[in-house]
Amino acid sequence: MQNDPFVQVKEVSRFYGTSCAVDHISFTVKQGEVLGFLGPNGAGKSTTMLMLTGNLAPSEGEISINGVDLLENPRQAKASLGFLPEQPPLYRDMTVDEYLRFCAQLHRIERGKINAAVDAVKQRCGLTEVGQRLIGNLSKGYQQRAGIAQAIIHSPAVVILDEPTVGLDPIQIREIRQLIRELGGEHSVILSSHILPEIQATCDRVQIIHEGKLVLSDTIAGLNHYMHESCVMIMLQQPPPLSELEKFPGVTAVEALDERRFKLYHEPGQSPAESLAEMAVQNRWRLTELTPEKRSLEQIFVDITTTEKTADAPGNGAAEQAA
Amino acid sequence: MIMTIAARELKALFLSPMAWAILAVVQAIVAYFFLIYLDYFVSLQPQLALLPNAPGITSIVISPLYATVAIVLLLVAPLLTMRLISEERRNRTLPLLMSAPVSVSEIILGKFAGIVSFLLVLLLLTSLMPLSLLGSGKLDFGLLLSGLVGTFLVLCSFAAAGLYISTLTAQPTVAAVGTFGLLLLLWILDIAGNTGDANGVLSYLSMLNHNQALLRGIFSSADVIYYLLFITVFLVLSVRRLDAERLQR
Repeated sequence: MQNDPFVQVKEVSRFYGTSCAVDHISFTVKQGEVLGFLGPNGAGKSTTMLMLTGNLAPSEGEISINGVDLLENPRQAKASLGFLPEQPPLYRDMTVDEYLRFCAQLHRIERGKINAAVDAVKQRCGLTEVGQRLIGNLSKGYQQRAGIAQAIIHSPAVVILDEPTVGLDPIQIREIRQLIRELGGEHSVILSSHILPEIQATCDRVQIIHEGKLVLSDTIAGLNHYMHESCVMIMLQQPPPLSELEKFPGVTAVEALDERRFKLYHEPGQSPAESLAEMAVQNRWRLTELTPEKRSLEQIFVDITTTEKTADAPGNGAAEQAA
Repeated sequence: MIMTIAARELKALFLSPMAWAILAVVQAIVAYFFLIYLDYFVSLQPQLALLPNAPGITSIVISPLYATVAIVLLLVAPLLTMRLISEERRNRTLPLLMSAPVSVSEIILGKFAGIVSFLLVLLLLTSLMPLSLLGSGKLDFGLLLSGLVGTFLVLCSFAAAGLYISTLTAQPTVAAVGTFGLLLLLWILDIAGNTGDANGVLSYLSMLNHNQALLRGIFSSADVIYYLLFITVFLVLSVRRLDAERLQR
């Protein structure tokens, strides 16, 4: 049991009518791992999370949480789950304390330990000051925190958060990310988001889901390797024809951003920068800029999820550099 | 676990002004009827004194009063039951219950227990009026208790039907209208049954009909079973409806 993955998903599919929202997905999450779930809107992220938490039954496939089959033994499996849906499930007419106490009871925390659990989770989520206030009167950020508090009050083995930082201000986002990292220490966390830097900052592993299929699953470290310098951006005042640039050793493709700026894609580790500079001087292309670029997660994401090639706005370049 | 959900339900009811308003209005209307029946009894008293084995105050005042309570609550119960599930659905709080280690039956039974406790409070409050007669006379407690049980069973049936309708929709008002329609239909089935010649079935299905014997102090197990069956059927339907939400559509 010790070495069993906390979450095991085998060949799970879900149909809505005839349309397939999730198509034979399999993955596992180990103890202490933070898994990021990425995907464009409508890719099946939320459906997958609802299935993992027993809110939706999969059309086929198996899910086990902490070694317990979710479909055969839902009550026992759900005991080791904490879930924050896209919209935090809050009773607006209760105070934070009442609400958390109710959640603690729902998750069968022993009567004597409820107060301690409520206090601890309030401390952890920064809710101590608003304990007596009605949830309906709290700001979006505090409501979101109450939602997270609800998901971790019983310290479940697996915490599932669907877009946990939506609607928060930048400082709160940082706090929540910190909290998620902390959670990753003892619990397993599954996190969905479409904010890529967030995934990069908090997760150990990333899965990209697109049109119901898992299209990429890798560790952040693996992705970093994959992202490393595979592109050089140059600016030439008197550029040669594109075919000349394509001839450089290691260059796989050339993209003209405008008349003078080009992107040269190359095999990892075979940067043409040096020879490029030499050639530019020899042929008087008047090189004014040469920037090795990392492929960002965003770029990978866009590459994988845009099936038909659309005319990308060149403005994307700036965002990529920032990452 | 059922008690936890029931307690929250009851708390949510009393946090809203609606519960208090309903308690007050029902109490006022029932009090008015109580006075009418009492007046009637007082005007009848000289004649009753001449009769041997005359009906007492319990059967003249209290039994009709309980019948009235049932009818008033037929109008009010949909307002109480409408938000049970549909509001959870509208506020998207259902995932909290669904992803907690709680079964769907426990959720439904908890909700039912919550609303039934409220109706019991309502019923006991209205029962204080007949009990006030104790100061000036004697009551037939057997008859009173039988009326109380009968009315309670009717209210539980209202709650079960309302709970089921509430699982069907995300709009509390739609649930209220639907429940009201269903209850009214089950009530007036009796009229249809009485006017037609061979419609004994319709008349049998009518909900308030089964209350008559209990109000007269006859504890007929057939009637009690009718109510228990009615409640069970709607609770099972609710569980199945809520469970079906997870499954393939």
